Amino acid sequence: MSTSSGTPESWISSFCSLLGHEYFAEVSEDFIEDDFNLTGLQNQVAMYKEALEMILDVEPEEDEDDEEEEEEDEEDISGDVRDGPGGRERRHHSRVASDLSVIESSAEMLYGLIHQRFICSRAGIQQMSEKYELGHFGVCPRTNCNQTRTLPVGLSDIPGEDTVKLFCPSCLDVYVPPNSRFQTVDGAFFGRTFGALFLLTFPEYDLSRSGAETTANLGRAAADEHGMINGMYARNIAPGLGRGKIYEPRIYGFRVSEVARSGPRMQWLREKPDDVAILDEASNFAEEHGAESDDDDESMNMNSGRPAARRRLAAANNPALRQRQGQNGSPMNVDANGAESEL
Amino acid sequence: MDDYGTESDSDYTSYWRDWFISSRGNEYFCEIDEEYLTDRFNLTGLNTEVQYYQYALDLVTDVFDLDCDDEMRETIEKSARHLYGLVHARYIVTTRGLAKMLEKYKKADFGKCPRVMCNSHPLLPMGLSDIPNLKPVKLYCARCEDTYNPKSSRHASIDGAYFGTSFHNILFQVYPALVPAKSAERYVPRVYGFKVHAAAALVRWQNGVRDDMRRRLRKMEVESGFKDGEDELDEEDDDVDEDEELQQQQQLTEYRGGGGAAAAAAAAATGPSVGVGGEAQMGSVA
Ligand SMILES: [Zn+2]
Ligand SMILES: [Zn+2]
Repeated sequence: MSTSSGTPESWISSFCSLLGHEYFAEVSEDFIEDDFNLTGLQNQVAMYKEALEMILDVEPEEDEDDEEEEEEDEEDISGDVRDGPGGRERRHHSRVASDLSVIESSAEMLYGLIHQRFICSRAGIQQMSEKYELGHFGVCPRTNCNQTRTLPVGLSDIPGEDTVKLFCPSCLDVYVPPNSRFQTVDGAFFGRTFGALFLLTFPEYDLSRSGAETTANLGRAAADEHGMINGMYARNIAPGLGRGKIYEPRIYGFRVSEVARSGPRMQWLREKPDDVAILDEASNFAEEHGAESDDDDESMNMNSGRPAARRRLAAANNPALRQRQGQNGSPMNVDANGAESEL
Repeated sequence: MDDYGTESDSDYTSYWRDWFISSRGNEYFCEIDEEYLTDRFNLTGLNTEVQYYQYALDLVTDVFDLDCDDEMRETIEKSARHLYGLVHARYIVTTRGLAKMLEKYKKADFGKCPRVMCNSHPLLPMGLSDIPNLKPVKLYCARCEDTYNPKSSRHASIDGAYFGTSFHNILFQVYPALVPAKSAERYVPRVYGFKVHAAAALVRWQNGVRDDMRRRLRKMEVESGFKDGEDELDEEDDDVDEDEELQQQQQLTEYRGGGGAAAAAAAAATGPSVGVGGEAQMGSVA
């Protein structure tokens, strides 16, 4: 449509430019062409092969050899069935015509499922961070979040369950996109992981910075020195929550008491300790109980229950242990752990 | 104007007010009664707040008959809108005004809470200040007890003082039965099924704050208003700790490696619930 180069727009870029598809990244062909990335998707969509070809703008492979067929393709797509030579070919073509809409919707579903994986890959999350910086995903509607930019997320990884939502890193809550055109976009096409993974991948992002106030960052340089807590910069742990960022109901200037029937009951949702360091359970535990010995590393994955969990937290925050774990932490290891925890 | 004179509580036709409340962008306002507007006591102090106060009041009450140029007319028109807003803030905390706003609330005229866990609970307009020209109008959700920015820029530019800081709180004090049930349901960020440690630690801490409050209220024999049963209060912190948490940056990077690893991990972490996809994937990974 809007190509100046003269080359026709690819299926992917035209899909991403549709109204309501503003949140989508353009999945690279490299990613799609790596079969490993598509593992398991064959069974999730109808006419998988045709859908995949559509996404990649590959001309459909003909089972039969004839070259002429390709020329006829275009007119036959309109669905006309005329009498003519070659009844077999005609049957073949009418199948294509009637299946076209099925393939189109399969292609959209397949693209969405690939997209869920792509945006959690290195290239994908990078592309999403560029869109984030350009403000493609909108801002948090909460007053005290000061227009913090949000991230598109799903509440489920399974298609058809819920529509796309916006995750705000400043209040760690999720919101319905303001425009109704996003209420037809499947949340599974973004998935449960992307939002949080984004925060962990770009810990140095200044989340407290908003579209509206970019100059008010002077005071925050000092906060940077607080360093990391629980794997995140202290200043990035829910900057929109805590003292001064919680709505206080008042009537004629007087605070509405908690004891009143209509008194505040939800402030905990927007609370944050004044000193986020108290959230560092691991080092607090270590302080209380003395340093953990390296041997605990072994028991980490074997025990279950709270003491083990505590010990694991301690290990996670011990740089020496972390390094060791990092070295032998293959993806397979983690998979096994993850699966266990869900069973 | 089509709806000229349709509003007839009295036999008086409220041309200006009808026009005002039916104008695009003025959906948050209710119609102020003639009676209220003509009682000078209700307008105490506003004469110094509004330019051309008397003309503006005449315009609002449809008795304006000054012969003036367009520029002057426009100035007075602007003053009239400001006056209407300031009177509105006072009117909506009267019995009649509260009832009118309540009707609008029930129809969700002020929009719905954007927070997913609030399930489209209707909002109420509110000010963050009672002094005009300081802060634009915000929207209050009684379910999450938080305030939000209006979606439309037309609404976002309305002065919050036209609604004031007390109205929405008075409404629930006057109609306590309308206080919505509170819910502890919330969003927990996850990565491949694992809770993110930094967020989970905050959630645990917040849950502690909530439980303290609920115990406090129980001691005072005040209803906490949570729809989730009171009895679960003492047992609920366990489930948070049981789940695995993802806390290590390094591990995570390792795990993501390439897109493929991410896909595999996603399938593995979602486990049995993912059904066909998950199983197929597990098979092919092994
Ligand atoms: Zn927010
Ligand atoms: Zn709400």
